Amino acid sequence: MTHLGFQFQGQDFVARASGALFWPVEQALIVADLHLGKSERMARRGGALLPPFETRATLERLSIDLEETRAAHLIALGDTFDDDIAAHSLASEITALCARVQVTWIAGNHDPGPADLPGQQAGELHLQGISLRHIAGESFDITGHYHPKIRIAGQRLPVFLIGRQHLILPAYGLYTGGLDWQDPVLQALVPEGRAIVTGPRALMLPLPPPAQASARRGKWR
Amino acid sequence: MRDMTDHPDLPKPVSRWFATQGWQPHDHQLAMMQARGDSLLIAPTGGGKTLAGFLPTLAQACAGPPAGLHTLYVSPLKALTHDIGRNLARPVADLGLALRIEDRTGDTGATQRARQRVDPPHILLTTPESLALMLSYPEAPRIFASLKRVVIDEIHALAVSKRGDQLMLGLARLRQLAPDLQVAGLSATVENPQALADFMGGAEVFHADPGPAPDIAMFPTVLAPPWSGAGGGYAARDVMRAIAAARLTLVFINTRAQAELFFQALWAVNDDNLPIGLHHGSLARDARRRVEAAMAAGDLRAVVATGSLDLGLDWGDVDLVIQIGAPRNIKRLVQRIGRANHRYDAPSRARIVPANRFEILECVAALQAVEAGELDSDGRSGLGALDVLCQHILTLACAGPLDADQLFAEVTQAGPYASLTRADFNACLDFVATGGYALRAYDRWQRLVLRDGLWHLRDPRAARDIRMNIGTIVAPELLSVRRGPRGGAPLGEIEEVFAASLSPGDTFLIGGQTVRYDRLRDMVVEVTPQPDKTPKIAVFNGLKMATSTELSARVLALIGDPVAWDSLPADTRDWLDLQARIATLPRPGTMTCESFARGGWWYFALYSFAGRNANQTLGLLLTHRMEGAGLAPLGFVATDYALLIWSLEPVRDPAPLLDPEGLRDGMEDWLAGNAVMKRTFRAVATVAGLIQRNLPGARKSGKQATFSTDILYDTLRKFDPDHLLLQITRAESMRGLADYGRIEEMLRTRPRIVHSMPPHVTPFAAPLMLEAGRIPIRGAGQARLLEEEAVRMMREAGLHLDEDCAI
Repeated sequence: MTHLGFQFQGQDFVARASGALFWPVEQALIVADLHLGKSERMARRGGALLPPFETRATLERLSIDLEETRAAHLIALGDTFDDDIAAHSLASEITALCARVQVTWIAGNHDPGPADLPGQQAGELHLQGISLRHIAGESFDITGHYHPKIRIAGQRLPVFLIGRQHLILPAYGLYTGGLDWQDPVLQALVPEGRAIVTGPRALMLPLPPPAQASARRGKWR
Repeated sequence: MRDMTDHPDLPKPVSRWFATQGWQPHDHQLAMMQARGDSLLIAPTGGGKTLAGFLPTLAQACAGPPAGLHTLYVSPLKALTHDIGRNLARPVADLGLALRIEDRTGDTGATQRARQRVDPPHILLTTPESLALMLSYPEAPRIFASLKRVVIDEIHALAVSKRGDQLMLGLARLRQLAPDLQVAGLSATVENPQALADFMGGAEVFHADPGPAPDIAMFPTVLAPPWSGAGGGYAARDVMRAIAAARLTLVFINTRAQAELFFQALWAVNDDNLPIGLHHGSLARDARRRVEAAMAAGDLRAVVATGSLDLGLDWGDVDLVIQIGAPRNIKRLVQRIGRANHRYDAPSRARIVPANRFEILECVAALQAVEAGELDSDGRSGLGALDVLCQHILTLACAGPLDADQLFAEVTQAGPYASLTRADFNACLDFVATGGYALRAYDRWQRLVLRDGLWHLRDPRAARDIRMNIGTIVAPELLSVRRGPRGGAPLGEIEEVFAASLSPGDTFLIGGQTVRYDRLRDMVVEVTPQPDKTPKIAVFNGLKMATSTELSARVLALIGDPVAWDSLPADTRDWLDLQARIATLPRPGTMTCESFARGGWWYFALYSFAGRNANQTLGLLLTHRMEGAGLAPLGFVATDYALLIWSLEPVRDPAPLLDPEGLRDGMEDWLAGNAVMKRTFRAVATVAGLIQRNLPGARKSGKQATFSTDILYDTLRKFDPDHLLLQITRAESMRGLADYGRIEEMLRTRPRIVHSMPPHVTPFAAPLMLEAGRIPIRGAGQARLLEEEAVRMMREAGLHLDEDCAI
């Protein structure tokens, strides 16, 4: 049970431990915030030269998710590329991906402008009465942008936040930080519901979670 | 007989000045005057070390003011530069010298810094980091061209860390800029002065008269020390009496949290309202300055302090040093005693207050060691760190283009890098320039580019980031603590890890007062003072103290020799008896261990007394075996005495765990994925400039901006396992580990395993439970814990996972 099923707006979804969301009825794999080309963008700006492997690692994971779900449609919820230049320098990888499945690129704040990418581009997408966009807005929607995380049993892990109105995905990219689920912005969007922790395996938690055992055990650990 | 006030090496005014003070120059001060090359002075605190360092400068200034910057003074502590500035001002004024003295540290304002770059003072007082920063400016050659002397204070403290490597690289650059430079190193008493001279790149060693033996003893208290704990609160009333009887007392305690608690305990019994101050590194800078100033002005009767006051500050009138808690190593103890007396012809008075009964053993052992004149050996190999070299190359590139051959020649002038190979140098240069990846990904975006045979910064704007990253201290993330909602008074800093453990309403101590945690906003911890409340939480980690291996061997010998127990107080003997009754007393030559349960977890304590490196290595080896045996280890902590492992399942039979046969099997992967490595990598990556230091204020939102260095480590390991930074990380981690051969040897020579299963925490294990520096194990145990936690939360919320729902 690496992956967990759940319902949002009457639809069945599967949260994958990798951080991808599968929508069986649409045969769609949905990912958010890949931030491809981040290390190169930092280098271009004269900053540190980070290990330039994150794009390869992220695309490898994506390939596995596509294969395992047999998805026909890939939807990237924005901030797929760290900027437009990154999108261009990855042309061959992107072409290969688009040859394999139908791809919809939703605009993010890092990659808002239309780049001459293969595949479809959209500001947002509407499927089964649900909007798919980068930043949460009018309900009901499936979004990314915030990179939500949660602290459990001493670890801080990327997490799906599933409320009544909003479903927020964790960042799928490698070199991405995160925002704690308790942040007022996220609490306003998903005041209660479920969280699905990603990592070695997917685990479901109630939101807000009851007091953690570690906190009750005493402070000395 | 010649005139007592006349010294051939001193200009007349200086001789006269000594005479008016009623002083005689010490022999070592005169010897340092005569030194023609670089020199290293070994002297106890109070031996007039600093004056010895500055006398040549003062003497030369008698002939007229120097042109430009003449003397650079470098110390490990900002507080020291202030102190020295104050102390120097007096002879300079008395002698009527036209010398401008200024300090230049992280606290120096931007205007002053900018002015110093254009018009440097005659004497500049600074730290290794600020020196590196100055060397990064294009004006550096002009600023330092006139330099004649460099005085490095407390060089023994710098030599054991990367800060020393950085300073020696900086010194090598200074020698290029000012070829007839003379360097004086000032050191407290050390085991091996020659190693320190080599560290300086060669120097003539001078020894000061060590002075009379210190008067040091256990502090008599009315109450016996408690079974465990580290605060020393039980002795507050006794310490208060001693403070009242002395002129000025320094109370040293090992960690910041303990200092806070003890300070509060003292005030609770301060019936006469004697002025007592608190000084530690977590306090806001203004608060520290106030205490330093009050102490210098003689307004205080006592100061409770941690390591922040540990190095050679001259406070003048201190006549008593009280050490609360066992001094974790002998050298530290001796240096602290030095503080007790300014005049080193009179013996220093120091008293030790053990914080618990185990520490009595340590105190007795430490006293025996001081009596025997024994010092701990210095813990670091003489080889300079390569991550520091990477940073140095970047720093110099900010000042101007670099020639690789010249730079290599320059760098190998620095003591720690004397045996640096050209290959290692090239690897560092390559890393800095291209990232050093097997996949040459950054051809267009190199950090340094080769043009006309010289290495240039590709993007000059990068200099700003590089300068912000200068320094080799990688401290835990600190958050500032302020009173009230917005812009309230700053109270100090706490570690981010500690802040994360707080819930609104929790109370803790800072700056001697109890405060309530309200919220975290913009990376500032907002609190409300709660004057009359006892703090709920008092534990926030200060620096971790390692006991020395020498001391732990003495402690084991003491435990193992009941005849020697006569030197112990009666309650300590009772305590040893209790350990013997519910578990077992460790004896030399055995592996004594115990398993007990607490709070739902199992603990396995092993008393090897083999030193921290050996115990840390054992921790890695044993957790690996426990993982394989399905015992689900969650983490461990190692001290010089013992190793403590916690797990979800108990160790019932330690024999297979401790079997030397096949101990190394499968260790390669276990070690590489371990938290020790990741922790080291974070420091290495920061120093080498792979990641930017998080500066206060530089991360307002804490949003998507930062990500864990663990991700970088894992990525490198997977895609580029031979990368330079991984090589440095491995080498550096291994320095903190004993080699496997030694561990196998130990297990073979101590085949007798004594195991007990006491019903609860034992007297010996209690202090281990409070030890800082825990290393988590991310294995099956952690996964189980996550899962159990998730299931429990769902159940508690009245929810359940629909089985059909799970794929």
